[in-house]
Amino acid sequence: MSLVGARVLRKEDPRLLTGRATFVDDLLPANCTFAQFIVSEHAHADIRHIDISQALQIPGVLGVWTALDFRDYPDLPGGLPDLERPPLATGRVRWAGEPIAVVVAEDRYIAADAVAAVKIDYNVLPAVSTIRAALAPDAQLLFPQHGSNCLVTVPMLDDLDRAMEACDERAQLRVVNQRCAVVPIETMACLADWNIDGLTMWATFQAPHHLRNKVSAWLNIPQNQCRIITPNVGGGFGAKIVFAPEFFIMPLLSKWVGRPVKFSQSRTEAMLQMTHGRDQEHDLEVGFDRNGRIKALRMVVTQNLGAYADPTGLGLPVLTNWMAGGCYKIAKVQTAFRCVVTNTTPVAAYRGAGRPEATYAVERLVDLVARRTGIDPVEVRRRNFIEPQDFPYETHNKAVIYDSGNFPALMDECVRLLDYETERKRQEAFRNDSSKPLIGIGFSTWIEIAGFGPNGSLEGFGHLASWESTQIRIHPDGSATIFIGSAPHGQGTETIVSQIASDELGISFDRINIVYGDTGTVIQGIGTLGSRSTPMVGSATKVASQRLLERAKKIAGHLLEASEDDLVVADDSFSVRGTPGKKVGWADVALASFQPLRLPPELQAGTLEERLFHESPNFSYPSGAYGCVVEIDRRSGKVRVAKMVLIDDCGTVINPLLAEGQVHGGVAQGIAQALFEEMQYDPSTGQPITSNLIDYLIPSAPDLPNYIAGRVNTPCPNNPLGAKGIGESGAIGSPPAVVNAIVDALSHFGVEHIDMPVLPEKVWKVLSTATKGST
Amino acid sequence: MTTRVNISINARRYEYEVEDRTLLVHFIREQARLTGTHIGCDSSNCGACTVLLDGQAVKSCTLLAVQADGQNVSTVEGLTGSFNGLSPIQEGFRQEHGLQCGYCTPGMLMACTALLAENAQPSESEIRHALEGNICRCTGYEMIVRSVQWAAAKQVQQ
Ligand code: FES
Ligand code: FES
Repeated sequence: MSLVGARVLRKEDPRLLTGRATFVDDLLPANCTFAQFIVSEHAHADIRHIDISQALQIPGVLGVWTALDFRDYPDLPGGLPDLERPPLATGRVRWAGEPIAVVVAEDRYIAADAVAAVKIDYNVLPAVSTIRAALAPDAQLLFPQHGSNCLVTVPMLDDLDRAMEACDERAQLRVVNQRCAVVPIETMACLADWNIDGLTMWATFQAPHHLRNKVSAWLNIPQNQCRIITPNVGGGFGAKIVFAPEFFIMPLLSKWVGRPVKFSQSRTEAMLQMTHGRDQEHDLEVGFDRNGRIKALRMVVTQNLGAYADPTGLGLPVLTNWMAGGCYKIAKVQTAFRCVVTNTTPVAAYRGAGRPEATYAVERLVDLVARRTGIDPVEVRRRNFIEPQDFPYETHNKAVIYDSGNFPALMDECVRLLDYETERKRQEAFRNDSSKPLIGIGFSTWIEIAGFGPNGSLEGFGHLASWESTQIRIHPDGSATIFIGSAPHGQGTETIVSQIASDELGISFDRINIVYGDTGTVIQGIGTLGSRSTPMVGSATKVASQRLLERAKKIAGHLLEASEDDLVVADDSFSVRGTPGKKVGWADVALASFQPLRLPPELQAGTLEERLFHESPNFSYPSGAYGCVVEIDRRSGKVRVAKMVLIDDCGTVINPLLAEGQVHGGVAQGIAQALFEEMQYDPSTGQPITSNLIDYLIPSAPDLPNYIAGRVNTPCPNNPLGAKGIGESGAIGSPPAVVNAIVDALSHFGVEHIDMPVLPEKVWKVLSTATKGST
Repeated sequence: MTTRVNISINARRYEYEVEDRTLLVHFIREQARLTGTHIGCDSSNCGACTVLLDGQAVKSCTLLAVQADGQNVSTVEGLTGSFNGLSPIQEGFRQEHGLQCGYCTPGMLMACTALLAENAQPSESEIRHALEGNICRCTGYEMIVRSVQWAAAKQVQQ
């Protein structure tokens, strides 16, 4: 029986369910010390003086270090030339929360005392926390040497005016994709132990080899003396592929104090120091005809980078521009972007990373076209879809060639499961009944870019390459260990890879284990990001298993005196087709593989080991259709998601249970962005307002609905599994479905757009103005 | 200021001299070295640190160790049952994929254990409200709800 496609329970669970998993902060080696940053209390200031003398008096404090102590070391990797981020603020601080100094103490309580005892004298500068303030003519510059707060501009090649003028109608829209905090429930943590044999660092990170490559180069030590271990990791969502200063500073502190040094953020520290996501503003225009056919689309993105240009932060508007056309056949799409620095936490990848922003823009525009033409939004979508026969479909950007999909089928299934007509009737019936909530129905049909990726795709973000590695080792008893370059942290990749390998090798699921997250044992790796693990490492494992099995069959054939072509493998043994009872166990084949006297002459001992660096010829393109019904309380303006239908096409599904879990989690984050979350700053001072979980609204169980899920499968043609990846889909597809539903509910008040997060007061304002107007 | 504190955790006594300001969660993690109980915030919002104190679900980051002196604490390490050693609620999370990264999970399990002890057949809305103080960033909660329902159904059968 094939395990691929089956609802297999996770290998990962027992350790996590019993408290026996190890997260970084659980480690406490002998003689361990604890480090904490002293951070800027101002959003923008020159540092006049740092007084560490009182901190040094506290018993148990081992030292306090400032930028001066790191002057022989380079800036942090990535970023833009001459505008890189130093490991500790040097002379100037650029956001409230930027690390200025670091203390090491005997325990975390003493470290906190020492942090409070460090006195810093600042010369406070005006702060710019918004794009508008940063671009004002007299704005205070973050990098005076650059001459502007706008670091990068990629202009429009053709301004589209002719195409727009040729359209029956055109409409403009300005949308804000607000700043979100990533908030994995495990904050950033690392434990560095630099002893005579070299450096070992346990880090909560999504890409251990990537970190190893950068840390060893930064410290100027050989890679074989720089071992990075990512044990159990408590969620990442993109924020744990960022080169945060702790990963570079803690090793040196360990060297300097001669003891292991542990760093573990508090949530308040994490809210300010972990990179944020999104924070784009879009100026959009769409040209269309009276039949709702879209002819031209213009997108200009302004990306708020925060205080420094993170390499993934710089990539966000690129991906947004790439995906501007969504799943529609639009003759002319033109895009542009610029990146702006502000006195806020740096912005980088957050689940979806640039694609949720694109989807939100185009899906809002399609609804606007429906509104202006008076055609049903489902029908407008159907009229503009790229059709199944159009694949491979070349988009406006030559990097993006959609590989497969079936948007009409996704839409049909979504409409069916939503019970669209009934909901429209309910909406109509409730509209003028003030005892009933206002109903709104919204859709989002979307395609995203995933499976990063083809050669060159990750190099631009500073990665070594874009393949993913697998290494399969058969032990002498016929059990298998698979070392993978991915570094999963909740995705269930151990289970997924074991399912694939079990099917291919005929070794039972329970006799396969997966090793990852350790540069000391895994040959090389890229990491878990960009919805790549199943398409990349899953494909790598499938092909490597097949190659290994060819040699195993040679051995089995030799032992059975049968032709290897007649062998079938299943249930941990090889048998001869058509000759019942003639079989040899995997255990015996594995044993023979280490015994030269039992091997066929062309094979050598240890032959049952296979490794593969899987390269992909293209990205993958998951797609879907999401439908949402909201109910709005007329008195408070509170929005409740009453129904959420999720139809996904992620190609081949390896494990439906895990695929569903990924979608649920992503959708929860998408609904949270639509309704609740926003990282806010006081515009006059740049002080963060939402710097803990009291002020920053993460939804809990009563705030979210149940989901109705369905599926359409078009296999990905670019990898041997046919899998497209599903880690980010939910977060990409859901925000516009929710906002489209809210705008739909308020449309009879003349509302054409409402920015996220749609908190009750925003809706209440619309409702109270409308009621006043009518009385 | 230090005080000698004696707390029973999962029916074993732990006695240490601790600073008065030591949080119960740090006593559990760093003195008793039971690291299954996690920390996810500094404002008592996330519930990752949830344990049972004399049977009641509490956030162990909101109590000092000295406040728990002489009391009984249960943590995730103390959960046991007939599902290969797992309790019904632990097995429910496994069966219904109620966890992904697993970081919020110990706190969720303890909150759910307290819920089922009090209300053996909670409705969906009762489950969701009982978990209001526990944040999960990975699952979107529906599968956690299903996990609790699985456990509730199993307890009835047994
Ligand atoms: S750590 Fe106790 S509630 Fe968050
Ligand atoms: S499983 Fe990751 S936070 Fe809940």
